[in-house]
Order: sequence, then C-alpha cells, then structure tokens
Amino acid sequence: MAKLEPAPMMTRLRRLNMAAYAPFIALLLLVIFSSIASDTFLMPRNITNVLRQVSYTGIIALGMTFVIIAGGIDLSVGSMVAVVGVLTIMIINGAGDGWWAVAMAVSSAIALGGVFGALNGLIITRGKVASFIATLATMSIFRSMALYISDAGEMVSTNAHFSDIGGGYLWGIPYPVWVFLLLAAVYHILLKHSAFGRHVCAIGSNPKVASYSAIKVRWVYFQTFVIAGASVGIAAVLLTSRLNSISPSDAGIFYELDAIAAVVIGGTALSGGKGTIWGTVIGVIILGIINNMLNLMGISPYLQGMVKGLVILIAVLVQFKGDR
Amino acid sequence: MTPPIMQVQNIVKEFSGVRVLHNINLDIHAGEVLGVLGENGAGKSTLLKIISGIYPLTSGQIKIDGKLVEIRSTSDAKRLGIAMIPQEFNLISTLNVFENIFLGNEVKKGLLLDKAAMREKAARLLTELATELSPDALVENLSVAEKQMVEIAKALVNDSRILIMDEPTTVLTDHEVEIFFSLVDTLKQRGVTLIFISHKLKEVKLLCDRLAILRDGYLVSLDDVSEINEQDMARKMVGRELNQIYPSRREPSDHVVLKVSHLAIKGVLNDINFELKKGEVLGFAGLIGAGRTETAEAVMGLRKKDAGEIEINGQYATINSIADALSYHLAYLSEDRQGKGLIMNSDIPKNITLISLAAYVKGLIRQKKENAVAQEYVKRFDIKAASLHTNLINLSGGNQQKVYLSKWMDTHPNILILDEPTRGIDVNTKKEIYHFIHSLTEQGVSVIVISSELEEIMGLSHRVIVMRSGEIMGELIGDAINEKEIMYYAAGLKTMKQA
Repeated sequence: MAKLEPAPMMTRLRRLNMAAYAPFIALLLLVIFSSIASDTFLMPRNITNVLRQVSYTGIIALGMTFVIIAGGIDLSVGSMVAVVGVLTIMIINGAGDGWWAVAMAVSSAIALGGVFGALNGLIITRGKVASFIATLATMSIFRSMALYISDAGEMVSTNAHFSDIGGGYLWGIPYPVWVFLLLAAVYHILLKHSAFGRHVCAIGSNPKVASYSAIKVRWVYFQTFVIAGASVGIAAVLLTSRLNSISPSDAGIFYELDAIAAVVIGGTALSGGKGTIWGTVIGVIILGIINNMLNLMGISPYLQGMVKGLVILIAVLVQFKGDR
Repeated sequence: MTPPIMQVQNIVKEFSGVRVLHNINLDIHAGEVLGVLGENGAGKSTLLKIISGIYPLTSGQIKIDGKLVEIRSTSDAKRLGIAMIPQEFNLISTLNVFENIFLGNEVKKGLLLDKAAMREKAARLLTELATELSPDALVENLSVAEKQMVEIAKALVNDSRILIMDEPTTVLTDHEVEIFFSLVDTLKQRGVTLIFISHKLKEVKLLCDRLAILRDGYLVSLDDVSEINEQDMARKMVGRELNQIYPSRREPSDHVVLKVSHLAIKGVLNDINFELKKGEVLGFAGLIGAGRTETAEAVMGLRKKDAGEIEINGQYATINSIADALSYHLAYLSEDRQGKGLIMNSDIPKNITLISLAAYVKGLIRQKKENAVAQEYVKRFDIKAASLHTNLINLSGGNQQKVYLSKWMDTHPNILILDEPTRGIDVNTKKEIYHFIHSLTEQGVSVIVISSELEEIMGLSHRVIVMRSGEIMGELIGDAINEKEIMYYAAGLKTMKQA
C-alpha cells in the first residue's frame, strides 16, 4: 500500500521551493549588507525607528494580504487612512479630554475602517465590480471626503492623552510596532489555521472550485475587504496619535502602493491563491530598511522611489520563476 | 517500410531524482499512426512532452531523419516540424478561425497583415481537411470538435510533419469521433505522422498502425496493431490479467431515496422526473449537451430551478444551494475535475477537507487529524503521490480523480452523483473506481453515474435513463439495457411517453 511519509530531510530540501524563501534570504542579505555599510544601522535606536516607520503601512499590508490572496486588490487604503484620521480627530475632540475619549476614538477608528472596507466589499461582491475599479473609485471618494470634512485643513487633537498611544513605548519598543507584530501573529493564525483562511486561499485559487465545494465565495471575499478596512482603521489611529494631528491632503499618500509592494515582495502571488503573513512582514521590513539605508548613505530622496521600484520588479521576477 | 522519421534512443527522464522513464527506444516511421498506451503515470505524457520540447530529457538522444537534434523548447519542436495538440486547446477565443490558424505565423504584406491571403489559404486547408468550417467563424462560437480542427490546421500551417495528440477523442461526441477518424485518414494521405495517446482500446485498434505500450516508465511492447487484441493490450498495460472490470450487481432495495418531479429550467431542462433507490446505480446516458450535467447541478442546488420538486427519503426537500444539498448528504463530482473540483496548486489533505473542514475545526484547524484522515484515503484508494503534501497539479489524472472522490466521501454522502467519473483515466483506475462504486452500493449508498461511455453505463447501472435536448427520452431496466436501445433514445429515434 502507498504510505506517504513526510519526505526525508534531504529530498525535502531538494524539493524546497526556493522562491518561497526568497524574501527571507533577501532580508538576511540586506541586513548583512546594511550593517557593514553603515555603523549606525544596527544601533537599537535606528532599528526601533525603522520598525516604527514601517508599522503603519505594515499593518495595512497585513490586511491587504488577505485581499490579494483572495484574488482582489484594495487601492483605497491610503485615502481611507486620511478619512478615518480626520473623523477620529473629530470624535476625540468632541468627546472631551479623558482616557475614555481616547478609548472611544480608537474603537471608532477601527469600526470606521471596517465600515469603509465593508463599503468596498459591498460594491465588489454585490455590485460585481472588479476590485481594482471599485477601490480606484473609493480611493478618490475617501480622499475627497477627508478634504471636505476638514475643509482641507490640518486637524489637531486637543486631548492630552491621545498622543500617548502612538508615541508610547513598552520595553523600549514603540506601541505601533507591538501592534504590528501582534496583529501579524493573529492574522497568521487566521490565515493558516482557521477555516476562514483556508477559504480565502481557495477562492483566490479557483473561485469555481470553491463555490462547488459549498464555500460562500462572495461572503468570504467581502470579509477580506472588511479586514483590510479595519486594519487601515488601526493604522490610521496610530498614525494620527503619533502626530497628534492629521493632514487630509498628505496623510496616507502612496500607502496603497507601499502596502501592495510589501505583500508582493513577501511572495504573495498577485493572481491570488497563495501567500503568507510572515512574507508580508518581511516585505514590509525590507522596504523599511531600504528607505533607511538610502537615508543613512545620504542618497538623494528622489532616487528612493527608483530603488523601491526595482526591488518590486525583482520580487515579481523571482516569483514568476518559481511558478515555472 | 519507410525509414524512421524520428528515432528516440535511450531516453531517460528523472523528476527530482525519481526515474519516470527508463531507456526508451522507439523508431517512428514517416506517415504512420503510432498509438501510445499506458496507465496513468506510466510515462506516456512525459515521453511525448519530451518529444515536443516541453520537458528536457535527463539523458538519451533524439534523431530526426537520422540526424541528431536537440529539442529544448516548443519552438525548437516547431522548427523541426513537431506539433503537440494539447487537450486544453491554445486558441484565442476572440479571434476568428483563420487568425488563429496563422497565429504566430502571420502572412504579411509589407508591415501589414495580408488577411486576404491568410483567409484564402485557411479556406483551402480547411477544405482539404474535409470540414465545412468557415475561416471567418469566431473561435468562441465553435464546438470542441471544431476547435480541435482549428488546432490541427494550425499545426499543418506550421508545416508540421509529426503531430502529437493527447487523447483527442475524449472531448468529442460519437459523431464527431467518426469525423475525426476520417480526418486521420486525410492526414495520413498528406504524409503526416501521427502519435496519439488514448485510453480507448477499441479506438486505438481502429486508428493506429502500431502500438507502443508503456508501463511504469518502461516500454513493454511495440506491436503492429494487427498482431495484438484488446485483451492483450489491457494485460500489457496493467502487467497482469484484467478480469472482470465491472463487478457483479446486487439488487437494490425498493426504498426510494431521491425523487425528482417536474424539474425544469427554462431553455435547458423540461419536465424531468426520476427516482433513485437505495443501493442503486442509476445511469444517465445521452449525447454531450443532452442536459445530464444540468440535471445533476439543478438537483445539487448549483443551478436555479424554474420548477420542480425534490423528495429525499419521502420528505420534501428544499435545495437552493450546494450547502442545502450537503445537509441532505448529497454529493456531486463534476465532470470538470480541474475547473470545478480541485484546487490544483494545493495539496492532498487541504483538497480532501475543503468541504468537510468544519469537522476538523476545534477553534483552529486540527492539521494532524486532517493529515491522518487524508492518509487513510490515500491508503484506501491507493493514491500515488510523492508525498501527502504534493500539489495536485503534479498527480496523474487518475490520482487526481481519487483525491476528488475522497473529498466528497469525507462528507459521508448517501447519494453520490458522478459526472464522467472515468474521463481520461486508465483501465486499472477505472476498474478500481467501478469496484468502489459497487462497494458503496453495498453499504446502502445510491449512485447516479453520468457517462458518455456506453460500455461504462451498461456495465455499472441497474437502470439507465437516456436524455436528449433537456428531456428524458426513455428508461431501460436490467436486461433491456443495450447499446442499440440507448442510442435510439439518445438520437431521438425513439421516445417513451412519461408517466
């Protein structure tokens, strides 16, 4: 009888899909290179800074991972940061000066993100609009909402405690970084060890097979946009708190691109069906280190976009090679 | 005999250290039709993929017209006059016939396409192939057989001398198969050499000049077709006597488990009525497009019904979604294994538990339990795979089908609907599946088998329903089941007034 044992170590190594580990290897090489090229790179202060800088787009990228694995894309996340940020400041300023006002602002930011995500999800699953187009439209709508509500002016919090959540530290590590890592752990479990995560992969691989397997394809797809939205809500409130203010015109600009780039660099297929949360975490950190190193090495900020673009291209090329 | 057009010498192929082809030596003669037979996983597809440049060979050599050649890619193969016609056609559905025929081989006048010349050439070629297909027809409107014709024409435009076809007739209706047979004659007259894979022994016997039989990666025999009968073919493929492909049937009970009344879908199905008894195998025969799959999908809640009632064990059942069907312990294996059945880039356990996943979730998915259950199915169905975590794309068709069967068995069905359960599957696996169906009926499971292979329908069924154009034409029971009767009903030459 055919008894299928897990393959022995050697054959397993040989069968290892190198493309799957490419992000990890890339990160390792990047860290080695960076620590040689710059004395300051490995200093705890610098590392902490890098991690804090990437945590906002990182949290968004975590949510985006679900959307992309399910076969969609969400371009509205950057604008959503602005509109959630603006509304959060309004809520906290209206709610008074206590800690409870902060708690209310935080929970309503997450809820608002979820609602905006649900709006995206509804347009896509009920209206049957391709996610690219639907979120392109809401990207414009959300930005416009943020500008209109705030009258295009910077919104500043009057709550004395609000800035503590984005600016605080635990054991020397900023709160946003904790949130990013904690959320990554939770999402990892959700993606790899829950029925929902299994279903997300199934609908992204082959929606027809999924629907013939009694999976509620549209419902699962909808939920991925809610997750993306709620993640944006979390990122938005952390960012707003860190700055103690939000600019409706500048906040979240290009966040969608950074988030998508991180997901792709992390090895998640843009065609859907396959991907990992830890890959996205690595993708986020790679992007952060590259930015950091370009700064430390005094390279023109105008060139940073080019480097980022090249990294994305390489990531996608490696991915395609892995598929063949 | 003419000198060999192609010589395959000592070909060895390994996949990650596992040898799948052992020193294959084969001379192929110009203008002959060579059949390649073998069970799933015997290496026939691998061999032909090497010849057509899809896989590189591990060692050995290929000569064409006596000269050593290297076929590293499909474009190398194309240059050497070798074309492979895949089962899934590579046609652009939004282009018309002649544009597809000349795709990648366009005739130009200066910088522009010379459409008139291409259209005329295509028309001439199609006439030579004795088809009435118009060069201007849009490919998306073509039938499967017509698309195949376009693929063949495309190969001929490329001056292909060796045509490789992977199970060309499985997708064709009986009538289309006849046309295909005459096409093979036409191609032979043009001096084209044909190599084709098939699982249909009868067909191979009729079409081919010689037969190469592969087993476990070895070429076990190479015979003139006149010197080998079907029994021998089967024996050589399997390596032992194949006795009793179809198990003996036992009488089903009188208890009706499924009753479908007045089922209708506008423009698709019209007043479908039938009953299924406990432990029964009910065959659904008919030509492609007769409405059999649609009937199954309507019963399963996969298609919206315009009218009709379903009773399960005498109770009225509301089935508007596949989740409803599952709650009544209905199961349906689609004919489209890859398109609707399995996640091809996922592994065996994840596919098997995709529907029954809730049973494995206790807070989180119990992956140990999942793997253990998958392992049991692997053992029970003798699924051959490098490991439990091999992606399904790397399994042979027969093993994929077994995984698909496991996936639905894990929902513990009482009623199992199998749509073309053995399409593209070798004799041995077929036999295994037939015996499995039999053992299910002994356990009181009722099975509906939809099949275009009459032999299979006749060999398995207690009762046969014949459909045509969305209607039930007739029903045959026991000794009354025979090929002629079924064909009469299927062709609309005979009909039975329904009660």
